[in-house]
Amino acid sequence: MPKWFTPAAILCGLMFVASPILIAEVRYESTMGLVQKIFYYHMPSAVMFLLAAVICGVASARYLFGGAPHQDRVAWAAAELTVLFGIITLVTGPLWARKAWGQWWVWDVRLTASLMGWLVAVAYLLVRRYGGPGSDKLAAGLALFGAANVPFVYISVNYWRTIHPATSVVPTLPVDMGTALWFCFTAFLLLFVLLLKMRIYLEEERARVDSLYLSLEG
Amino acid sequence: MKTVTSTLLAVVFLAAFIAPLGAQGSGAANQSQTPRQEQQTEFVPLDQLPPQEQLPAPRLLIAAYVFVLAALFLYVVSVSRRLGTVHREVQRLEADLRKTGRR
Repeated sequence: MPKWFTPAAILCGLMFVASPILIAEVRYESTMGLVQKIFYYHMPSAVMFLLAAVICGVASARYLFGGAPHQDRVAWAAAELTVLFGIITLVTGPLWARKAWGQWWVWDVRLTASLMGWLVAVAYLLVRRYGGPGSDKLAAGLALFGAANVPFVYISVNYWRTIHPATSVVPTLPVDMGTALWFCFTAFLLLFVLLLKMRIYLEEERARVDSLYLSLEG
Repeated sequence: MKTVTSTLLAVVFLAAFIAPLGAQGSGAANQSQTPRQEQQTEFVPLDQLPPQEQLPAPRLLIAAYVFVLAALFLYVVSVSRRLGTVHREVQRLEADLRKTGRR
Protein backbone atom coordinates (compact mmCIF):
# COMPACT_ATOMS: atom_id res chain seq x y z
CA MET A 1 0.00 0.00 0.00
CA PRO A 2 1.23 3.58 -0.70
CA LYS A 3 2.75 5.76 2.06
CA TRP A 4 -0.16 8.21 2.05
CA PHE A 5 -2.68 5.47 2.84
CA THR A 6 -2.32 5.37 6.65
CA PRO A 7 -2.36 9.17 7.26
CA ALA A 8 -5.32 9.48 4.87
CA ALA A 9 -7.14 6.67 6.71
CA ILE A 10 -6.56 8.42 10.08
CA LEU A 11 -7.80 11.72 8.64
CA CYS A 12 -10.87 10.01 7.20
CA GLY A 13 -11.63 8.35 10.57
CA LEU A 14 -11.36 11.71 12.35
CA MET A 15 -13.67 13.33 9.81
CA PHE A 16 -16.30 10.63 10.38
CA VAL A 17 -16.01 11.13 14.15
CA ALA A 18 -16.42 14.91 13.74
CA SER A 19 -19.24 14.82 11.21
CA PRO A 20 -22.14 14.01 13.64
CA ILE A 21 -21.04 16.92 15.86
CA LEU A 22 -21.09 19.28 12.87
CA ILE A 23 -24.45 17.93 11.69
CA ALA A 24 -25.97 18.34 15.17
CA GLU A 25 -25.05 22.05 15.09
CA VAL A 26 -26.85 22.70 11.79
CA ARG A 27 -30.31 24.34 11.91
CA TYR A 28 -33.41 22.23 11.30
CA GLU A 29 -35.03 22.37 7.86
CA SER A 30 -38.39 24.20 8.06
CA THR A 31 -40.78 21.52 6.75
CA MET A 32 -39.02 18.23 7.57
CA GLY A 33 -37.31 19.11 10.84
CA LEU A 34 -34.88 16.68 12.46
CA VAL A 35 -35.28 13.82 9.97
CA GLN A 36 -33.86 16.00 7.15
CA LYS A 37 -30.44 15.58 8.81
CA ILE A 38 -30.26 12.14 7.14
CA PHE A 39 -29.45 14.20 4.01
CA TYR A 40 -25.84 14.85 5.17
CA TYR A 41 -24.96 11.15 4.80
CA HIS A 42 -27.58 10.21 2.18
CA MET A 43 -26.48 12.64 -0.54
CA PRO A 44 -22.69 11.93 -0.34
CA SER A 45 -23.30 8.17 -0.33
CA ALA A 46 -25.61 8.56 -3.36
CA VAL A 47 -22.90 10.49 -5.23
CA MET A 48 -20.31 7.80 -4.35
CA PHE A 49 -22.77 5.15 -5.57
CA LEU A 50 -23.02 6.89 -8.97
CA LEU A 51 -19.28 7.62 -9.10
CA ALA A 52 -18.48 3.95 -8.43
CA ALA A 53 -20.89 2.87 -11.20
CA VAL A 54 -19.19 5.26 -13.66
CA ILE A 55 -15.68 4.05 -12.69
CA CYS A 56 -16.85 0.44 -13.03
CA GLY A 57 -18.30 1.17 -16.49
CA VAL A 58 -15.28 3.09 -17.79
CA ALA A 59 -12.80 0.49 -16.50
CA SER A 60 -14.93 -2.31 -17.97
CA ALA A 61 -15.03 -0.56 -21.36
CA ARG A 62 -11.24 -0.18 -21.27
CA TYR A 63 -10.90 -3.85 -20.31
CA LEU A 64 -13.29 -5.01 -23.06
CA PHE A 65 -11.68 -2.95 -25.81
CA GLY A 66 -8.10 -2.73 -24.49
CA GLY A 67 -7.71 -6.00 -22.58
CA ALA A 68 -5.58 -4.60 -19.72
CA PRO A 69 -6.02 -6.86 -16.62
CA HIS A 70 -5.53 -3.87 -14.29
CA GLN A 71 -8.73 -2.28 -15.67
CA ASP A 72 -10.63 -5.47 -14.85
CA ARG A 73 -9.41 -5.26 -11.24
CA VAL A 74 -10.47 -1.62 -11.03
CA ALA A 75 -13.91 -2.52 -12.41
CA TRP A 76 -14.38 -5.37 -9.92
CA ALA A 77 -13.36 -3.12 -7.01
CA ALA A 78 -15.68 -0.34 -8.18
CA ALA A 79 -18.58 -2.78 -8.58
CA GLU A 80 -18.26 -3.77 -4.92
CA LEU A 81 -18.28 -0.11 -3.92
CA THR A 82 -21.35 0.46 -6.10
CA VAL A 83 -23.15 -2.22 -4.12
CA LEU A 84 -21.91 -0.85 -0.78
CA PHE A 85 -22.77 2.82 -1.36
CA GLY A 86 -25.91 1.81 -3.24
CA ILE A 87 -27.33 -0.13 -0.29
CA ILE A 88 -26.49 2.79 2.01
CA THR A 89 -28.39 5.16 -0.31
CA LEU A 90 -31.34 2.80 -0.73
CA VAL A 91 -31.70 2.30 3.03
CA THR A 92 -31.15 5.87 4.27
CA GLY A 93 -33.49 7.28 1.58
CA PRO A 94 -36.59 5.34 2.70
CA LEU A 95 -35.84 6.06 6.38
CA TRP A 96 -35.98 9.75 5.51
CA ALA A 97 -38.95 9.37 3.13
CA ARG A 98 -41.11 7.54 5.71
CA LYS A 99 -41.28 10.69 7.79
CA ALA A 100 -40.99 13.33 5.05
CA TRP A 101 -43.32 11.78 2.43
CA GLY A 102 -45.38 9.45 4.60
CA GLN A 103 -44.23 6.33 2.74
CA TRP A 104 -41.11 4.21 2.55
CA TRP A 105 -40.88 4.03 -1.23
CA VAL A 106 -42.40 5.54 -4.39
CA TRP A 107 -41.86 4.11 -7.86
CA ASP A 108 -40.67 7.37 -9.44
CA VAL A 109 -37.82 7.57 -11.94
CA ARG A 110 -35.07 8.55 -9.46
CA LEU A 111 -35.76 5.74 -7.01
CA THR A 112 -36.50 3.10 -9.64
CA ALA A 113 -33.42 3.94 -11.74
CA SER A 114 -31.26 3.87 -8.59
CA LEU A 115 -32.61 0.45 -7.66
CA MET A 116 -31.96 -0.78 -11.22
CA GLY A 117 -28.37 0.53 -11.09
CA TRP A 118 -27.80 -1.22 -7.79
CA LEU A 119 -29.24 -4.49 -9.12
CA VAL A 120 -26.93 -4.30 -12.16
CA ALA A 121 -23.94 -3.99 -9.78
CA VAL A 122 -25.21 -6.97 -7.74
CA ALA A 123 -25.58 -8.91 -11.01
CA TYR A 124 -21.98 -7.96 -11.91
CA LEU A 125 -20.69 -9.44 -8.63
CA LEU A 126 -22.82 -12.60 -8.98
CA VAL A 127 -21.54 -13.15 -12.53
CA ARG A 128 -17.94 -12.67 -11.36
CA ARG A 129 -18.46 -15.04 -8.44
CA TYR A 130 -20.39 -17.86 -10.13
CA GLY A 131 -20.03 -17.22 -13.90
CA GLY A 132 -16.98 -19.43 -14.42
CA PRO A 133 -14.50 -18.89 -17.28
CA GLY A 134 -15.29 -15.84 -19.43
CA SER A 135 -17.37 -14.20 -16.73
CA ASP A 136 -15.01 -11.21 -16.68
CA LYS A 137 -16.09 -10.15 -20.21
CA LEU A 138 -19.76 -10.86 -19.51
CA ALA A 139 -19.64 -8.81 -16.30
CA ALA A 140 -17.84 -5.98 -18.14
CA GLY A 141 -20.77 -5.82 -20.56
CA LEU A 142 -23.17 -5.55 -17.62
CA ALA A 143 -21.11 -2.73 -16.13
CA LEU A 144 -21.58 -0.67 -19.31
CA PHE A 145 -25.34 -0.76 -18.74
CA GLY A 146 -24.81 0.18 -15.09
CA ALA A 147 -22.80 3.26 -16.12
CA ALA A 148 -25.31 4.21 -18.85
CA ASN A 149 -28.01 4.32 -16.16
CA VAL A 150 -26.16 6.98 -14.12
CA PRO A 151 -27.15 10.10 -16.17
CA PHE A 152 -30.81 9.04 -15.94
CA VAL A 153 -30.56 8.79 -12.16
CA TYR A 154 -28.96 12.25 -11.96
CA ILE A 155 -31.28 14.21 -14.27
CA SER A 156 -34.47 12.31 -13.43
CA VAL A 157 -35.52 14.70 -10.63
CA ASN A 158 -35.30 17.70 -12.96
CA TYR A 159 -37.23 16.24 -15.93
CA TRP A 160 -39.87 13.89 -14.51
CA ARG A 161 -42.57 14.51 -11.90
CA THR A 162 -41.36 13.36 -8.52
CA ILE A 163 -41.51 14.31 -4.86
CA HIS A 164 -37.76 13.74 -4.52
CA PRO A 165 -35.91 17.08 -4.06
CA ALA A 166 -34.38 18.51 -7.26
CA THR A 167 -30.63 18.86 -7.83
CA SER A 168 -31.03 22.65 -7.43
CA VAL A 169 -31.38 22.12 -3.64
CA VAL A 170 -27.62 21.73 -3.11
CA PRO A 171 -26.37 25.05 -4.60
CA THR A 172 -29.04 26.99 -2.69
CA LEU A 173 -28.15 25.63 0.77
CA PRO A 174 -27.47 28.19 3.53
CA VAL A 175 -23.87 28.40 4.76
CA ASP A 176 -24.27 26.16 7.84
CA MET A 177 -26.10 23.43 5.92
CA GLY A 178 -23.64 23.71 3.01
CA THR A 179 -20.60 23.49 5.30
CA ALA A 180 -21.88 20.33 6.97
CA LEU A 181 -22.79 18.79 3.62
CA TRP A 182 -19.43 19.47 1.93
CA PHE A 183 -17.55 18.31 5.04
CA CYS A 184 -19.43 14.99 4.93
CA PHE A 185 -18.98 14.83 1.16
CA THR A 186 -15.19 15.21 1.54
CA ALA A 187 -15.16 12.47 4.21
CA PHE A 188 -17.12 10.12 1.96
CA LEU A 189 -14.92 10.94 -1.06
CA LEU A 190 -11.76 10.26 0.94
CA LEU A 191 -13.25 7.01 2.23
CA PHE A 192 -14.22 6.06 -1.32
CA VAL A 193 -10.66 6.59 -2.60
CA LEU A 194 -9.21 4.59 0.31
CA LEU A 195 -11.65 1.69 -0.11
CA LEU A 196 -11.11 1.62 -3.88
CA LYS A 197 -7.32 1.56 -3.40
CA MET A 198 -7.61 -1.18 -0.75
CA ARG A 199 -9.93 -3.29 -2.89
CA ILE A 200 -7.72 -2.95 -6.03
CA TYR A 201 -4.72 -3.96 -3.90
CA LEU A 202 -6.64 -7.09 -2.83
CA GLU A 203 -7.20 -8.03 -6.49
CA GLU A 204 -3.51 -7.41 -7.27
CA GLU A 205 -2.51 -9.72 -4.41
CA ARG A 206 -4.91 -12.38 -5.70
CA ALA A 207 -3.29 -12.08 -9.15
CA ARG A 208 0.08 -12.54 -7.40
CA VAL A 209 -1.20 -15.72 -5.74
CA ASP A 210 -2.26 -17.07 -9.16
CA SER A 211 1.16 -16.33 -10.65
CA LEU A 212 2.87 -17.99 -7.66
CA TYR A 213 0.75 -21.13 -8.16
CA LEU A 214 1.76 -21.16 -11.85
CA SER A 215 5.46 -20.84 -10.87
CA LEU A 216 5.09 -23.70 -8.40
CA GLU A 217 3.43 -25.97 -10.96
CA GLY A 218 5.71 -24.92 -13.85
CA MET B 1 -98.87 41.74 -9.19
CA LYS B 2 -98.56 38.14 -8.18
CA THR B 3 -95.86 37.48 -10.82
CA VAL B 4 -93.88 40.57 -9.69
CA THR B 5 -93.93 39.38 -6.09
CA SER B 6 -92.85 35.86 -7.03
CA THR B 7 -90.02 37.25 -9.22
CA LEU B 8 -88.83 39.46 -6.35
CA LEU B 9 -88.94 36.51 -3.99
CA ALA B 10 -86.91 34.43 -6.44
CA VAL B 11 -84.28 37.18 -6.76
CA VAL B 12 -84.00 37.55 -2.98
CA PHE B 13 -83.74 33.78 -2.63
CA LEU B 14 -80.98 33.58 -5.24
CA ALA B 15 -79.16 36.52 -3.69
CA ALA B 16 -79.34 34.82 -0.31
CA PHE B 17 -77.64 31.75 -1.78
CA ILE B 18 -75.11 33.45 -4.07
CA ALA B 19 -73.88 36.12 -1.61
CA PRO B 20 -72.31 33.70 0.90
CA LEU B 21 -70.68 31.75 -1.94
CA GLY B 22 -69.15 34.94 -3.31
CA ALA B 23 -67.98 35.99 0.13
CA GLN B 24 -66.44 32.55 0.70
CA GLY B 25 -64.62 32.80 -2.65
CA SER B 26 -63.18 36.24 -1.96
CA GLY B 27 -62.28 35.15 1.56
CA ALA B 28 -60.35 32.21 0.19
CA ALA B 29 -58.60 34.50 -2.30
CA ASN B 30 -57.62 36.87 0.51
CA GLN B 31 -56.42 33.94 2.60
CA SER B 32 -54.23 32.69 -0.24
CA GLN B 33 -52.73 36.17 -0.66
CA THR B 34 -52.01 36.73 3.02
CA PRO B 35 -51.82 33.37 4.81
CA ARG B 36 -52.75 33.68 8.48
CA GLN B 37 -52.24 31.18 11.21
CA GLU B 38 -55.57 29.46 11.96
CA GLN B 39 -57.07 30.06 15.37
CA GLN B 40 -56.95 26.92 17.48
CA THR B 41 -60.45 25.73 18.38
CA GLU B 42 -59.55 22.44 20.12
CA PHE B 43 -56.60 20.66 21.72
CA VAL B 44 -55.65 17.32 20.07
CA PRO B 45 -53.67 14.82 22.17
CA LEU B 46 -50.37 13.71 20.56
CA ASP B 47 -51.50 10.10 20.15
CA GLN B 48 -54.47 11.24 18.01
CA LEU B 49 -52.28 12.81 15.31
CA PRO B 50 -52.12 11.11 11.88
CA PRO B 51 -49.63 8.16 11.89
CA GLN B 52 -47.12 10.05 9.72
CA GLU B 53 -46.88 12.91 12.21
CA GLN B 54 -46.56 10.52 15.16
CA LEU B 55 -43.43 8.87 13.73
CA PRO B 56 -40.46 9.56 15.97
CA ALA B 57 -37.87 11.36 13.79
CA PRO B 58 -34.90 10.69 16.16
CA ARG B 59 -35.44 6.93 15.82
CA LEU B 60 -35.33 7.11 11.99
CA LEU B 61 -32.33 9.45 12.07
CA ILE B 62 -30.36 7.24 14.46
CA ALA B 63 -31.29 4.12 12.44
CA ALA B 64 -29.96 5.77 9.26
CA TYR B 65 -26.64 6.84 10.84
CA VAL B 66 -26.13 3.50 12.60
CA PHE B 67 -26.80 1.64 9.35
CA VAL B 68 -24.30 3.77 7.39
CA LEU B 69 -21.53 3.38 9.96
CA ALA B 70 -22.21 -0.35 10.46
CA ALA B 71 -22.20 -1.04 6.69
CA LEU B 72 -18.93 0.84 6.20
CA PHE B 73 -17.31 -0.84 9.23
CA LEU B 74 -18.38 -4.32 8.11
CA TYR B 75 -17.05 -3.70 4.60
CA VAL B 76 -13.67 -2.52 5.92
CA VAL B 77 -13.49 -5.60 8.18
CA SER B 78 -14.44 -7.85 5.23
CA VAL B 79 -11.73 -6.42 2.93
CA SER B 80 -9.15 -6.57 5.75
CA ARG B 81 -9.94 -10.23 6.42
CA ARG B 82 -9.72 -11.09 2.73
CA LEU B 83 -6.40 -9.23 2.49
CA GLY B 84 -5.09 -11.14 5.54
CA THR B 85 -6.03 -14.49 3.95
CA VAL B 86 -4.35 -13.57 0.65
CA HIS B 87 -1.19 -12.33 2.43
CA ARG B 88 -0.90 -15.60 4.34
CA GLU B 89 -1.32 -17.55 1.09
CA VAL B 90 1.37 -15.45 -0.63
CA GLN B 91 3.78 -16.10 2.26
CA ARG B 92 3.05 -19.84 2.19
CA LEU B 93 3.54 -20.07 -1.59
CA GLU B 94 6.78 -18.06 -1.45
CA ALA B 95 8.06 -20.39 1.28
CA ASP B 96 7.14 -23.42 -0.87
CA LEU B 97 8.96 -21.91 -3.84
CA ARG B 98 12.07 -21.31 -1.70
CA LYS B 99 11.95 -24.94 -0.50
CA THR B 100 11.78 -26.23 -4.07
CA GLY B 101 14.65 -23.92 -5.04
CA ARG B 102 12.71 -22.06 -7.72
CA ARG B 103 13.18 -18.71 -6.07
